[in-house]
Amino acid sequence: MLEPRPRSAFDTLRAEIQRIEASGRAPPGVLPFGVDTLDQRLPAGGLALGALHEVAGGGPGALDGAAPALFAAGIAGRTRGQVLWCLTRRDLFAPSLEQSGLASDRVIYVEAGDEKTVLACFEEGLRHGGLGAVVGEVVRLSMTASRRLQLAAEGSGTLALAVRRWRREAEAADFGQPTAATTRWRVSALPSSPLPTTGVGRARWFVELLRCKAGDAADFELEACDETGRLALPADLAHRSLAPGAWQVRAAG
Amino acid sequence: MILVGAAGRRRVVLAANAAALALRLQPGMPAAQARALRADALAEPADPAGDARALDQLALWALKRYAPVVAADPPDGLVLDVTGATHLWGGETALLQDIIDRLAAVGITARAAMTGSWGAAHALARWVARPMAIVPSDQSGRAIADLPVQALRLPKGMAAALGKVGIDHVGEIEAKPRARLALRFGPKLTRRLDQAYGRAAEPIQPIEAPELVQARRAFAEPIGAPETLARYTLKLVEVLCAQLEAKGLGARLLDLRFHRVDNRLETIRVGTARPVRDIKRLTRLLCDKLETVDPGFGVDTMVLVATLAEPLDWKLVATDLTTPAAPDIADLVDMLSNRLGPGRLYRLAPAQSDVPERSTRKIAATAPPTAQAWQAGWPRPARLLARPELIEAMALLPDQPPVSFTWRGVRRRVRRADGPERIFGEWWRRDGEIDAVRDYFQLEDEAGDRFWVFRRGDGELPWTGDLTWYLHGVFG
Repeated sequence: MLEPRPRSAFDTLRAEIQRIEASGRAPPGVLPFGVDTLDQRLPAGGLALGALHEVAGGGPGALDGAAPALFAAGIAGRTRGQVLWCLTRRDLFAPSLEQSGLASDRVIYVEAGDEKTVLACFEEGLRHGGLGAVVGEVVRLSMTASRRLQLAAEGSGTLALAVRRWRREAEAADFGQPTAATTRWRVSALPSSPLPTTGVGRARWFVELLRCKAGDAADFELEACDETGRLALPADLAHRSLAPGAWQVRAAG
Repeated sequence: MILVGAAGRRRVVLAANAAALALRLQPGMPAAQARALRADALAEPADPAGDARALDQLALWALKRYAPVVAADPPDGLVLDVTGATHLWGGETALLQDIIDRLAAVGITARAAMTGSWGAAHALARWVARPMAIVPSDQSGRAIADLPVQALRLPKGMAAALGKVGIDHVGEIEAKPRARLALRFGPKLTRRLDQAYGRAAEPIQPIEAPELVQARRAFAEPIGAPETLARYTLKLVEVLCAQLEAKGLGARLLDLRFHRVDNRLETIRVGTARPVRDIKRLTRLLCDKLETVDPGFGVDTMVLVATLAEPLDWKLVATDLTTPAAPDIADLVDMLSNRLGPGRLYRLAPAQSDVPERSTRKIAATAPPTAQAWQAGWPRPARLLARPELIEAMALLPDQPPVSFTWRGVRRRVRRADGPERIFGEWWRRDGEIDAVRDYFQLEDEAGDRFWVFRRGDGELPWTGDLTWYLHGVFG
């Protein structure tokens, strides 16, 4: 397990800069993932509320955006209040959000006709301030657009999650362009947790923290969100000593 | 039944119902002749004032339901300016169908036409619509050319005078030199012609209903700058809210009308999910739409009408000390749904069905919590394809998952699989589903991507399905 980093001159400076940037507003706090390995890599021990976070899928997930949507649902599910979900394509399947910790009563879907409207609704939802989180499924996210969203989120303290989803695999290169998002994640599917019998176990993700303001990039192998929206460290990684067949012993005992 | 009234000095049949028409009692026939033909026909005196009042009532209903600008078109019509309102009803046909159906429900047989100008719509509704006619603005000239000249709303006697010189159809007037027509029949004819062809503007004076709460402001100098319009919008909302408060009402539907100096009318209509009397919120909703208003050379009068108002009283909000009160997001919902149109903002609630496509139902965004949940424990994909896509799969029958499959040209080997989850057709919805079976499998390929596929049929009985495989969703 990673040790918390010692507080250096950099950290003091960062705190100072953050104080200046916040311009008198109290910082809205953080939302910890509840997974130590993950939280230690984030500057304040969790995902900053009142900030924009970008999530994209890897490989084919860049087009279907399935894993990033569930990753976002898990995060949004752990906030308080209603969640606004802005989309252009209507293929999101609501029962799966509930299985990832976002109850159906809490989600308001906004079916916007085009990208521009999605961004406008996204920003409007953030400015309102009464929502727990706002999720927007966007293709293009320019520096200007993301800056607007980031400022809107800072102003109200609402968590903003941009699920990047492209229409062609070639377009996904767009993810390399800089944006004003506080963190940037890539979530790709991994083979699921092995089960003692045949069948598909709990989904596993390769979660990459590609960019993190005032933090370093990192990657993690995690189990997908459960029905409370929590990620988990795979058992065979958390307890490295778990030998193949150990489940039989436990099941017998 | 016939209605008898005076036409000039004669007493004539003014209207006849279907039964009377079947007995060949026709409007325009002298009353004495009608009585001679059928002494037992029920004859009632016509009541033009009562008809006009009823028509105004109908116009008021249409104002509340369809469009911000509605006027009575006496003696027997309504005219609606539906600019920018059709999408709320899912298109022009749907809007007209709704009007016709609603009126039929209260026993009024209506015909409706929609086109670019009042004159043409008037003609089409009375002479073409069976029961509905929708003509694009650029084709309305051709559509009305074959109609008789009576379709043009001409003054009394002019149609007969035109008939005397051999002009029977609208198109024939249009083909004649205008100067001579104007000289012989006066300016009214050419004006009506221009109005029908959409060359001359014809403003619709919207119906005034004193019972509606409204605020009006006339300006000494026409205004046009967006900031000025926004400022006066705020002032009108303040006046309106004071009136609403005095009556204990809240607005559900607001119309803001801009009377331009060139006699055109621009309107904004906003709706709210619940009655609202909050000045800031209503101003925000209206100002959000100000950019759709073209002030032209200036606006000289602004009228704000609370078209729909419902009782709204102050009430205590129940709070408890342990949890903070849930923030009210109704204003956000109102604003977004006014911007995007209704039906674009919704929540999804569980529906009583095992078929994945039917397992969600839309409910209003501000509906109370349903406290329902989907059946837990069954795998459900994050993305459900709009329609299942045919895949090529190799699998053992009857209940083995595929070993490999090809989707969108990519062949994938299945490493792990789970299933089947059998879903039966819902015979109470459609007869064809009585034997239908889908067997769903969750598949995972070598890279870890997970898919939801199904096979039509249970693999044993041939009538349950043709054993083709489809991909229906992608797991996260």
